[in-house]
This record gives sequence, structure tokens and C-alpha cells, in this order.
Amino acid sequence: MAQQVIEATRDVTQSLYTPGRLHSVETMGTVDGPGIRFVIFTQGCPMRCAYCHNPDTWEVKAGTLISVEQLADEFESKRGFYKNGGVTVSGGEPLLQPDFLSDLFTVFHGKARRDASGERLEPVHTCLDSCGYAFDPAHPEKFERALAETDLVLLDIKHADPEGHRKLTGRSPERIIAFGNELARRGVKVVIRHVVVPGITDSEEECEKLGRLIAPWKNVVGLEMLPYHTMGVVKYEKLGLPYPLEGVPQMDKKRIPALREAVMRGIREGRGLAR
Amino acid sequence: MQEAWEGFTGGNWQSEVDVRDFIQRNYTPYEGDESFLAGPTERTKDLWNTVLGLLEEERQKGGVLDMDTKVVTGITAHPAGYINKDEETIVGLQTDKPLKRALHVNGGIRIAMQAAAQHGYELDPEVVDIYTNKRKTHNAGVFDVYKPEMRACRSAHIITGLPDGYGRGRIIGDYRRVALYGVDYLIQDKKAQKASTPSVMTEANIRDREELAEQIRALQQLIELGKIYGFDISRPAANVQEAIQWMYFGYLASVKDQNGAAMSMGRTSTFIDIYAERDLARGTFTEEQIQEFVDHFIMKLRMVKFARTPEYQNLFSGDPQWVTESIGGMGVDGRTLVTKTAFRYLHTLENMGTSPEPNLTVLWSTRLPKAFKEFCAKTSIASSSIQYENDDLMRVYHGDDYAIACCVSSMRVGKEMQFFGARANLAKCLLYALNGGVDEVSKKQVGPKYRPVVGDTLDYDDVIDKYKDMMKWLAGVYVNSLNIIHYMHDKYCYEAIQMALHDKHVHRWFATGIAGLSVVADSLSAIKYAKVHPIRDENGVIVDFDIEGDFPKYGNDDDRVDRIAHDIVHQFMEYIRRNDTYRNSVPTTSVLTITSNVVYGKNTGSTPDGRKAGVPFAPGANPMHKRDTHGAISSLSSVAKLPFRDAQDGISNTFSIIPGALGKEDQVFFGDIDLSEVDIQIENPVCSACDTDSSAPEGAEDR
Repeated sequence: MAQQVIEATRDVTQSLYTPGRLHSVETMGTVDGPGIRFVIFTQGCPMRCAYCHNPDTWEVKAGTLISVEQLADEFESKRGFYKNGGVTVSGGEPLLQPDFLSDLFTVFHGKARRDASGERLEPVHTCLDSCGYAFDPAHPEKFERALAETDLVLLDIKHADPEGHRKLTGRSPERIIAFGNELARRGVKVVIRHVVVPGITDSEEECEKLGRLIAPWKNVVGLEMLPYHTMGVVKYEKLGLPYPLEGVPQMDKKRIPALREAVMRGIREGRGLAR
Repeated sequence: MQEAWEGFTGGNWQSEVDVRDFIQRNYTPYEGDESFLAGPTERTKDLWNTVLGLLEEERQKGGVLDMDTKVVTGITAHPAGYINKDEETIVGLQTDKPLKRALHVNGGIRIAMQAAAQHGYELDPEVVDIYTNKRKTHNAGVFDVYKPEMRACRSAHIITGLPDGYGRGRIIGDYRRVALYGVDYLIQDKKAQKASTPSVMTEANIRDREELAEQIRALQQLIELGKIYGFDISRPAANVQEAIQWMYFGYLASVKDQNGAAMSMGRTSTFIDIYAERDLARGTFTEEQIQEFVDHFIMKLRMVKFARTPEYQNLFSGDPQWVTESIGGMGVDGRTLVTKTAFRYLHTLENMGTSPEPNLTVLWSTRLPKAFKEFCAKTSIASSSIQYENDDLMRVYHGDDYAIACCVSSMRVGKEMQFFGARANLAKCLLYALNGGVDEVSKKQVGPKYRPVVGDTLDYDDVIDKYKDMMKWLAGVYVNSLNIIHYMHDKYCYEAIQMALHDKHVHRWFATGIAGLSVVADSLSAIKYAKVHPIRDENGVIVDFDIEGDFPKYGNDDDRVDRIAHDIVHQFMEYIRRNDTYRNSVPTTSVLTITSNVVYGKNTGSTPDGRKAGVPFAPGANPMHKRDTHGAISSLSSVAKLPFRDAQDGISNTFSIIPGALGKEDQVFFGDIDLSEVDIQIENPVCSACDTDSSAPEGAEDR
């Protein structure tokens, strides 16, 4: 479906919570976590992934300041649709705004929350879609509250090889791995995501390596291999940015099952199980 | 008591016709998976290939393979017909040859002539003479009584699709009764009903007694129909093959007798499963044999055809009959009604490939067994041929032995029926309100000559006031037209066999419909929140509008306009309810126009929401095209606010979504269900259902 830019209709200075810098929302998210989800895209990202299809979310100073209350109201008016889903915060990079994220998830999880007629509201399943780069291993306490209220993390591992990671994203992977370790320590459920780009992350070796990398994390409950597509090109044109993967074709979906199997092989190997 | 009932748990069903009681006491809920299912037998493959060949031949001949032009159809009108007698385990065709269309004339002779002529056939002159000069038709009866006002509304398209041509349909006989009791028992029951009628001969009593006599005669013919095929169905069915065969004879008699807008099957799988379980336990039949019976039965339902005019068929993609069979659901006692036979019915889609008919409809509940849900999902992905409906919603109103007629009309089997008919064009009605009853297209005075609006800007309160008056008038003309139609249908085209498979006291729904809801909601919103200036032609008739400013549009989860849509449905139903309805039927409505919205739009002038003359309406209860700008959930939320209480016959929202947007194509979670083995082939685009235009086309009226 489509992302919608929404206007702040409430005065954020009156909010009880930390406001968020918002890019847009998607009220019928079906690909970012289980079930139908209310997806909040935050503004601002420290990564510059070559295949990013949302370059308009990079700039940290752009977007709309929005209150947690307004987002909660938007959600509540459509709550019936999210029975088997929940809320997902994606981006951009949500971990750039840990206080907003904490407040948002605390409110959505809020066990004592009641609707206008005093009925107790069921807690909402919370999901964080992140690459983990904004995590600060020196100060994990900054993320303490947010992670305590997170039910599922969709963790992007862009490239299994540190050098390849730098080339693809402009950043080194240490913080991302540290974030993965923190999630494992806390036992937060994780789905690993890996975008498969022809000629960059589509080799069996790289995928096996990814498997070995994530093998120690016993909290990983799923694996999603995302075939690279070129739907983001339009946004680059609009923003007047050069498209870094110019000329790279879309990923052939038929190869995905074999590559997924390669990751699984890597996981088994990393855990000392039979290949 | 009966040998055929040996091994069944007894109960009230043994002392009176009570199929639900029989089911509840005897069925075996099934929570397992599909691994027990059997593939198609060689005979099934061979038969289905023959049918596919005939269907191809039919397509090449322009849609009709053969048509009866001489023998007027009836339960026993034709000798036995077969696809291949030696291979069929369930038999019976509508005529003497597969796919040969029967000659139905009770609805109207001219419409039958037109249907024949348009496919290159000519009716036997004697038949034409009899039904023109000697024996009256339903259509003739209706046109004898229609008031000029009604005919004017009909031709101005403010009321459309009145079932004055084809049969009204939407009646489901309880065909299971034939199998459980045998026809003799049912005849005795009907005779007792007739004997118990009051002795004072009021009109209602006379009608009741005559109808019961017709029902008894139809049941006697049903026994004859069995004999034509070599079966004695006067006695109860003794095994699963007979149970399916008996039940099918009941249905076959109905489609031989009636050319209804929707001839649905009912809810039979749980019932049939009781016989299947008994036969499996006794070793009478194997799983493979039982699946073969089911396959051959469903194959027959796939072959049901009627002779209709191309106008009727063009409304749809293809040649749909709405042979709806409802499957699954939950019982009121919390047990699932899913049985192994629910799987067997759906498995026909794999054994014989996909098919739009019968319209296999899963009554979905969140509490259905997981294995069944997964099987449905797999079969849906592979066949695109399953319809799903919300059992949790309908069970509240109809209990656990209801079925779907056509696409969404729920009714308790054998206990409720529906007087179906037509739609009122509420958008045109709004224009009539503005123009004082003058039709904006033909410029004729169709509605009552109320005061038109005056001035350069429409005033919301003034418009609402006038609109209410016009809706009140329209509801009156509409209900009264339908009263005539259903009176005449009962008189000249009575569904004797279907009603013979009902209780004596039937709850009758009076099903109306509305079109143009989102146009009206947006128009009223524009008048209220923006400035709408009417543009008049040289005679002062408003033909267009100038809109100044923006206004909330239906489909964006905005209460300001969603409330208007809600209130219109409620208000119109209130006006409908103020009228006497034929046979004390209970009025309800639907918001269901799914393809005919194009036709309604074509015949309606520009509207105050900015929609130009001739532009299609949105289908059903959909927001107008491209006006829902806040995403799918907001659009669905607006529709969900409409009052189901007032529109119990159904609210439709056409919603297409690309598979990728529905979720992940591939496995994400470890240990998730893996659908990768299912071979995906997309066929059968979804057709609209309750959208049939059963009115006689121009020039096909018998008067």
C-alpha cells in the first residue's frame, strides 16, 4: 500500500511524551512484521545504503514533529484491523530517537491504558525495524526502556563481510553486531533481514557467512531474504540524487530459496550442527 | 425405525422434519489435515475431460452449445441425460443432453424468445402461441398491474433490475431433506400441513392450500424424476452415494423448474459427512469412492446453465449461476461444523481444476480448526476459487444452519426465504429532490412535482428536507413495485419444489437494494462543507454544479461525511419499513451493486459531488474512485461504519490488492507453514454476485 505523510494536528509542546520526528505512516503495513500493522516511518538515518529505497528519510532535520498521543489516536481509530498485527516503527532509523521510541512503545504496550468509555485496552504488539547502527554499545542504558517494550526486532544485516558492509552502506558493522548481541542478551525476538543485491550480496559464500555471523543469537526466530528491486529509483530522481546502483538489475526471485538455504547452512555450521 | 437410519443417533429429527437436529446428533467434527484425501479416479478425469471439451465447444459456438426450443421445462419434462452413463456415479442433467439449455417460459415468453433469438434459435410457434394467448406469464402479470409511475421509474433507471423477467431466485430448498427422509415422508408431512389449515377460506388461506397442493405435486414429480434415472427416492437414502444422489435430485428438480437469478445449493457437507463416516466404518465405500461421488456431484453443479439474453450475461464476466454451497462454520455449541467432507468439497478444485461454479463459500470463523484454515489458504492460492464469509457475524443472526444464497444473502435453510429485488438509485433520487421530480436526463416529470430548490447556492438543510421527501416517495414506489412482482411470481412462476423443501411457516425477507451511496454521501458533504452552485439549463432544470472549496469525502475515515452515509442507509430503510410488504415479509436492504454501477452511472446526470453525467458510480458501498486518499484501512473503516442492522442483506466493498501487498510471499519465520509446494495459477477473476438484472429488457415485455 502507500505511505502517507500526515500533519501534526496536536500541539507537541502539550504532549506528555517526547515528540518524534516523523517521515510518514502506513496504515496497512503487511510486510514489516506479522499481521496487518500500523507502520510509523521516522525521519533521519545515519546509513547511506546503496540500495536504500527511502532516501527521503535520510535527512535528520526534515520531517514533522509529532506527538505520541496523535499516533496513538490514529492507531485506536483503526484498532480493529490490527488484531493480529500491531505497530511497527521503521525509518529512517528509529534508534536515532530512543526517547521517542521508548515513550511510543510504552504507550502502545500500556497495560493500564483505557479507551474513552473506560474499557481496558489490550496491549499492542510492538515491532522495531532497525539496522542497529544508531545503537551505542558504550551507553546501552539509553536504549534500555525502548528494548524492554519491544516484542520483535526486524534487524537488517546489510553485508556479512565488514569491508563489503562499508562499501555498501558507508559504515562499519561493529555497532550493528553489538546491537545484535544486546538483543540476544535480552532475549528479544529477532527476524534477520538481508537484502539480496545481484553482484553484491547474492553469493552463497556471503550468505553462509551471514549464517555463521548470526548463529550465536538464539533469539533469532526468522529470516527474511529481500530480493533487491529498483522501485526506489524514482525517489532519487525526485531528490536530484545520483542512484548508486545504476545499472544493477532487479534480483531474480527464483534464486532466493537457495540463498536462504545457504544462510541456514551457515547457522547450523556456526552452531556446530551438521550441515 | 427406518433401516436407512440404522446406526444414527435418534432424536427429534425422527418425529418431524428437523435436519439440524439430525446433524447435531450425528456429525463428527474434523480437526485434522488434508492427508486423508484421495485424488481423482480415472473415471472422474475422463468425465471431466469430456465436459471440458463440451465447454470449449460451447465457447466456440458463442456461448450456447444447444438450446431446447420446443419442450417447456419442468421437473419431469426430459428423459434421462448423461455425460457418459457408464462412468457417472452421480447422475442427472437439466435436459436430455449435457449443457443443453432448457426452455423456461413461466417468467416471460418474450424474454425466452429474445434469449433464443440472440443465440440463433427460434422457439416453437405453438409454445409461443400458448404462452402469449392461452397461458399467462409472470412478466405479463406484472405489466398488467404496474402503474405508469412504476414503468416511468423503470425506464428512467431510478429503480433498476426489477425481477419482472427472469426468476427472482435466492431461494434455497433444503435438499438434504430428500436424502434423510425420502420423498414419501415429505409428501405425508405436506399433506398434514394442508390438512391443518384453517377452515375459513380467506384469500391467504386459499393461497396457502393451493401452494401446498402444488408442493405436493412437485414432490410427486420429484419421485418421477428419480424413476427416470432408475432410482426410488420415495424412501430415505441408505448410503453416502444415495444421499448425494437424492439431494442432487432435489436440486436438479429446482433448476429444471426455475431460472432464478441465483440458484444456490445450501449447506450440505456436514450432512453428507454423516453418511460418509457411517459407510467408512461399515466398509461400504472407500475414501477414493466417496471422493469420486463428491467430485461427480460438484461436476454436475459446474454444469448448471440457463438460457439468458446477452445483456444479462454481459453484466458479468462469463455465465454465472451463483450455485453457492456454504462450507464449514462453527456450531452454536462451540464445536466446529468442519468435517472431512468439507475438505472433500474443496478438494474438487484440485481433482478437477478450478471453476467459478459452484460458488464454494467457506463460512469463516476465527475458531475454525487450524488445519482447515491452512487447507483453505493453500486451496485459495492454488485455485483463486473460494469465497469467504464471516460466520462469526452471521451466526449471531441465523444460528448454525444457515446458508448463503447468491453471494452474501444468508438465510436459515428450509426456514427462511427471500423476496429478492432490484435497487433504488439514490443518487438520481437526490437529483429528483433538487429538480422537483424532473428527470435530469430525459427532462420528463418522473417523480412527484415537489418544489425544486431555488437560488444560486444549495442549502444543506433545504436539500436534506427535500431529499427526505423524495426518498420517501421512491421507497413507496419501489416497495409497491416489488409487491406486484412477488405476488405475480408466486402466482405464475411459483417455486413449488423449492418451497416444498421448506417448513410450512417460512420467514420471508423482503430484500431491497440501493445504489450510488458514496455519490450521495459526498454530494451532501459538498453541499454542507463547501459551496455548491447549481447550473440550470434553459428550462430551469439543474444539469450540473459548480463547487467552490473542498469538503470531506467518504472513504477517509472522516466522521463528518461517514455519518451522512450511515444516516442515508438508515433513513432509506426507515422509509422502506413504512410500507406494507407482500406476505408480511421483513424488509432489509443491501449495498451491493458490483458491476452495474457502471450502468447506473451512465443513466445519471452530474451530481453535486463533482461527478460528471455518465461517470460510473463506485461499486457497492465503495468510496468514489480516487477519493479515498488516506490508505486502505481508512477506506475500509468508512465502509465499516455503515449499519449492518439496516443492510443485513449485505454491504459490499470491492477491494483488490496485489499479492505482494498482502504480506510476504516466502517463508519468514522458522517452522511457519510452507506454501512453496503449491502450484500457483490464477484464473477466474472475481465476478460480482447479487448484481443480476432480472428485469425484462426493452421489448421483451409480455404486455
